[in-house]
Amino acid sequence: MKPIIELEDIRREFIVGEEVVKALRGVSFTIHEGEFVTIMGTSGSGKSTLLNILGCLDKPTSGEYRLDGTPVRTMSKNQRAILRNRKIGFVFQSYNLLAKTTAVENVELPLMYNGEVSASERRQRAITALTRVGLGDRLNHKSNQMSGGQMQRVAIARALVNDPAVILADEATGNLDTRTSFEILVLFQELHREGRTIIFVTHNPEIAQYSSRNIVLRDGKIRDDELNPNILDAAKKLAELPVNDD
Amino acid sequence: MNGTNLFKIALKAIANNKMRSFLTMLGIIIGVASVITMLAIGQGSKQSIKQNIAEMGSNMIMINPGADRGPGGARMSADDAQSLTLADYQTIVDQNKYLAAVSPNVSSGGQLIYGNNNYQTSVTGVSQGYLEIRQLKVESGDMFTDADIKASAKVCVIGKTIVDELFPSGADPIGQVVRFNKIPMRVVGVLKSKGYNSMGMDQDNIVLAPYTTVMKRMLAQTYLSGIYASAITEEITQLAIADVTEILRTNHKLREDEEDDFSIRSQEEISSMMDSTMSMLTLLLAAVAGISLVVGGIGIMNIMYVSVTERTREIGLRMSVGARGIDILSQFLIEAIMISVTGGVIGVLFGFGTSMAIKTLANWPATVEAWTVVLAFVVCTITGIFFGWYPAKKAANLDPIEAIRYE
Repeated sequence: MKPIIELEDIRREFIVGEEVVKALRGVSFTIHEGEFVTIMGTSGSGKSTLLNILGCLDKPTSGEYRLDGTPVRTMSKNQRAILRNRKIGFVFQSYNLLAKTTAVENVELPLMYNGEVSASERRQRAITALTRVGLGDRLNHKSNQMSGGQMQRVAIARALVNDPAVILADEATGNLDTRTSFEILVLFQELHREGRTIIFVTHNPEIAQYSSRNIVLRDGKIRDDELNPNILDAAKKLAELPVNDD
Repeated sequence: MNGTNLFKIALKAIANNKMRSFLTMLGIIIGVASVITMLAIGQGSKQSIKQNIAEMGSNMIMINPGADRGPGGARMSADDAQSLTLADYQTIVDQNKYLAAVSPNVSSGGQLIYGNNNYQTSVTGVSQGYLEIRQLKVESGDMFTDADIKASAKVCVIGKTIVDELFPSGADPIGQVVRFNKIPMRVVGVLKSKGYNSMGMDQDNIVLAPYTTVMKRMLAQTYLSGIYASAITEEITQLAIADVTEILRTNHKLREDEEDDFSIRSQEEISSMMDSTMSMLTLLLAAVAGISLVVGGIGIMNIMYVSVTERTREIGLRMSVGARGIDILSQFLIEAIMISVTGGVIGVLFGFGTSMAIKTLANWPATVEAWTVVLAFVVCTITGIFFGWYPAKKAANLDPIEAIRYE
């Protein structure tokens, strides 16, 4: 299996006032293509910092990070922006869709910043991605006309549209009710089965049961990193849930 | 990232905030409309004054005897007043390079009588060229001829005021004999009415006669009170003045160090003085209007600035999906420019409408010139860039990590 993410002794320090806060104190791991990894940790464990670094939004103070073979640490701000555009799909807790904008336009957004994709191809890929997440019939619904689950599906379609090397989900089910959370989890599992590489940052231990590998952070270090021998099926769990009657 | 996409993104952002975009534009609309209107009024007045002067003969050059000593320097000797002669006139006619027409000017005051009507006026002795110089036209009858000049014929051409005073019954004056200081003169032509000039002088109170007649039969003098000429075009007036000066100096045998014993003035001097006064007035009007344009620009900056803060999360999202700083900067800059230029377009139309309304309703001269429209657009674009830059830069410098989680 091809390594997608390689972290070697990543450290990240912030200077707050006169104090040096060590958010990450030497994190190393490798994630291969097709893995569904959950990264867990309490607040203050450094998982947000790690996510920012994995997402090329931030640079480590020391250590090397290679994304799909490309070393990131020496890259400029603009180079990292382009790298994000081509290699990473973000899914946020609060969806972060553009207001008053249709689903298809929201999904097109990453491709708008890729000059190599023509307008017609962009539209086609956005429609394909939306169909993939089950919103083929809601292409022109505006973001404020959709439910939370639907908005998160649009966000996932947006993360898929540039065919990224890795999908980074930050508490992607955090704002959703149990049933909708499982619907989204089912979608992630489907994507995983299709061979997508997914990193899912969460503080909900339940979700780890549905991923293929779980990394636990504490105080800026890896406390646990183990494969899940018994991956539960989210679809089965969803079927067992009582149907919302409101 | 290409320009078309940025343009689409910016357009979308404006469309999403129609009311706010319109209110932001309003400042620019009012600014541009007032600049256009003020310039139109300024330009219109300038043109109408120019036209007035042109009707008097904008190419006109007046050559007077005696040195030009300016105000207070009067030292008129008898010599000075007689320094222009018929010989000078003839030399100018023969040698000039830039003149379309030349005419001597002598004048005699007195009473003009016909039947039991009389009128106090003066007879001006000129050649036919005078008509062209003063932009006069013979309405009925004819101008006197070369033969009349040669023979010092007792003929005259009269203006509308004279006709009204001497022939109140409406009789045809052509062929009638009027008497001027006891000298009988036959009316051969009537001039087309010109009304009052911009200084309030009646341009129809005029009697023209051959200069020979006035010099020999009325004044018995050999010198001229002046020579009038007109340059071929207004632009070469100064050349024509230099040319005539040279001719006259040679003719008067003046040495290098001697002053001119004549003075030359041109209508163009008056015209250009008027022109510069009007330009200054126009500029003043435009500057006042321009202030509102600047205020409009500040409005754009204010709204864009608020907009950047309000859209922090959107900016964070755009950055996380791969927008570079320059993409964000361009987006906000394009938004600012689009708002200001669209405001400019509406402002130009509005200003054009206002100018036309002023022209039709208030009957003020107002002309919208192409360059003012071009100027308005250039100023709008610059306003957009100038006032959009700071907010756009602020947006581009946001940290995506903080921006995406901004509440």
